[in-house]
Amino acid sequence: MDALFLSRLQFAATTMFHFLFVPLTLGLSIMVAWMETRYVKTGDETYLKMTKFWGKLFLINFAVGVVTGITLEFQFGTNWSIYSAYVGDIFGSLLAIEATAAFFLESTFIGVWIFGWNKLSKKAHAGVAWLIAFGSNLSAVWILIANAWMQSPVGFTIRDGRAELVDFVAVITQKFAIVKFIHTVTAAYVLAAFFVMGISAYHLLKKRNIDFFTRSFRTALTFGLVSSLVVFILGDLNGVVVAEKQPTKLAAMESLWETQTRAPVYLFAWPDEKNERNAIEIGAIPGALSFLTKHDVNAEIRGLKDFPPDERPPVLITSFAFKGMVGLGCVFILLTVIGWFRRNKLLESPKYLKIMLYSIPLPYLAVQLGWLLTEVGRQPWIVYGLFRTSDAVSPISTSQVAISLIGFVVVYSLLGIAGFSLIAKNAIKGPDLDDTEEDIQPGAALDKSAA
Amino acid sequence: MELQSIWFFLWGLLWAIFFMTDGFDLGIGTLYPILGKNEEDKRVMINAMGPLWDGNQVWLITAGGVTFAAFPIVYAVMFSSLYTALMLILFALIIRGVSFEFRGKIDDPRWTKIWDTCIFVGSFLPALLFGVAFANIFKGIPIDGNGIFQGNVLALFNPYGLLGGVLFVMLFVQHGAIWLTIKSDGELHENAMRISRKIWPILLSVAVIFLVYTKFATNLYDNYLANPLLFLVVLLTVAGLLGSRIFMAKQEFFKAWFSSALTIVGTTFFGVIGMFPNLFPSSLDPAYSLTAFNASSSPLTLKIMLVVVVIFVPVVLAYQIWAYNLFKTKVNKQEMTY
Repeated sequence: MDALFLSRLQFAATTMFHFLFVPLTLGLSIMVAWMETRYVKTGDETYLKMTKFWGKLFLINFAVGVVTGITLEFQFGTNWSIYSAYVGDIFGSLLAIEATAAFFLESTFIGVWIFGWNKLSKKAHAGVAWLIAFGSNLSAVWILIANAWMQSPVGFTIRDGRAELVDFVAVITQKFAIVKFIHTVTAAYVLAAFFVMGISAYHLLKKRNIDFFTRSFRTALTFGLVSSLVVFILGDLNGVVVAEKQPTKLAAMESLWETQTRAPVYLFAWPDEKNERNAIEIGAIPGALSFLTKHDVNAEIRGLKDFPPDERPPVLITSFAFKGMVGLGCVFILLTVIGWFRRNKLLESPKYLKIMLYSIPLPYLAVQLGWLLTEVGRQPWIVYGLFRTSDAVSPISTSQVAISLIGFVVVYSLLGIAGFSLIAKNAIKGPDLDDTEEDIQPGAALDKSAA
Repeated sequence: MELQSIWFFLWGLLWAIFFMTDGFDLGIGTLYPILGKNEEDKRVMINAMGPLWDGNQVWLITAGGVTFAAFPIVYAVMFSSLYTALMLILFALIIRGVSFEFRGKIDDPRWTKIWDTCIFVGSFLPALLFGVAFANIFKGIPIDGNGIFQGNVLALFNPYGLLGGVLFVMLFVQHGAIWLTIKSDGELHENAMRISRKIWPILLSVAVIFLVYTKFATNLYDNYLANPLLFLVVLLTVAGLLGSRIFMAKQEFFKAWFSSALTIVGTTFFGVIGMFPNLFPSSLDPAYSLTAFNASSSPLTLKIMLVVVVIFVPVVLAYQIWAYNLFKTKVNKQEMTY
């Protein structure tokens, strides 16, 4: 146990915890803005109630997401100072742009949205909801461009012992960044869609607020169906760019040891890293990997043995994370397609509703596996092919990191329990359908003036 | 002026705006156990900062991000050498941030008590630690030629560092009390006014002692003596301090708040100007100090970031001013959100 190991553990823990909350923010912000827009356009009060109910869950989730995000920006400096000094010229500017151009937008307008119900016109208030959705998704753009640069460094030169920017446009427009952005945010939309569908399913099973939750379910279903298809297609494109830029990650994902043409995809493989082979291989589809990544069944794919052992990522985690993510991605398509055919008879499909209720955690698992694959698969590099994780850690004492790590585990555990139980409590309670007139300012004002 | 100097002052400006905006939130949170005498007062205090604190806090993220982008070596050395202090600030800001959202969600006195404590600790601790950290930076930090911290974390709590901490707490408490007079009425409004009046002489004394002690603990005054016109910044700061008292007496609360904001910005710039061109001075050997010139990013990055900041900071300021204007009215007790 040294500062390096503990810093890696701390970074993994705090980042994964942060990403339990981010995806719901990205997706639910859009759905809530859409619901509020429907309300403004149609004047249908149910849409307003939907906006308020899902908005409440959104805000609890948002609060934890925001505060745990500060940790990430601080941590590059506190724990990875050598990395920060080496790449700050490029990586630091991307984070600074994120704060200035995007994070301000969502953080300022979230306050306006929460407190502005009686201060803004209906239209303006719905507009604010869209600004929040836009701001949080724009944040993701910059963060993912920054992460893509760690995966595939471009547009730089090494000068004075550090990476210096030479081509900003190359950094922000590289294919790796674009594909990664769309794949990640649409995965987040799938998560948000399953969240809304699962909670709606719970209430539909209890036959409560049927109109309210049927509409919520259908809104999320459309969103989720489109998103899970896009995630899958972009996941495939992601594989293509990984094959091009990160051959060691590709080989580890597929536990491919030998360099070969007509490289296969294994439906299941258990890698044995010590003996550089797979202990178990089931269901090889010859040429599938060559075809998927190079669009040519005869293309040659480099195996792990082609790389020195100290340049290979941990194969077991990388391959299992990959297979788990892809498997779940297929499940999401299947469930949303089934949902599409049952959308008009949801109440008569209790089995399907039950499955959707228990499926809420699955996209959470999938996005975590996706990040495990991305980050563990990049090892031993912090910047792929350029800078090793082991060279990046701050000159800090082990005890400092040990104490902060314990602090994070304690504080985040309590925060996670509090946050998720508040979300669950409010989700189970359902919308306040009876006392809404007090809440709805325009309607309430009208009632009073009429009286 | 060359790019690096421009960035040096932009860096100072972003910290100053953070202290000016989130400062009153931290101040109200610090006053929370004193002024929050009953549930209604507590809720008014939370709702007084509720719509604005989140946007205010982003100035910290931006100040940190800009340090990373424009002066990566400073970011690396500052954040790693002040590791423990920064982690404490971080934990404090985390528990403060969720408190507002969580506190009212369960109707149980034990539950609200937890978050009441978090609001106080999460506000007081950052106010104190930011002051301690900045006073120590003014003084110099024991970093060697490789930017490695050679000191003891507890050594940060030296008399000058602590004085800086007390100064920040007082500045923020004053700023927060004034904001609260704007946002509240009735007894809470009177109490906030009384606290502001009581704190003022303490703040004044701490500020004077700090200015004098700075002469002995740091070499900030070298830049001022080289160019006496710079003393105008000190004069403006003092004017702000006097103004906040005078306008409070006249019950012109907005003017008092702007005066107090001027005091905070002036205090930050007093240090920033005095440090120039040092961003993170070494107390071991001036040759080890990190400056705007030896720790900056490449000219290309500085140029791109300048374009970004010149476009977006005014835009952000515009919509934040709009939001402040929207929420400058007194908290309506019938429609409190939190």
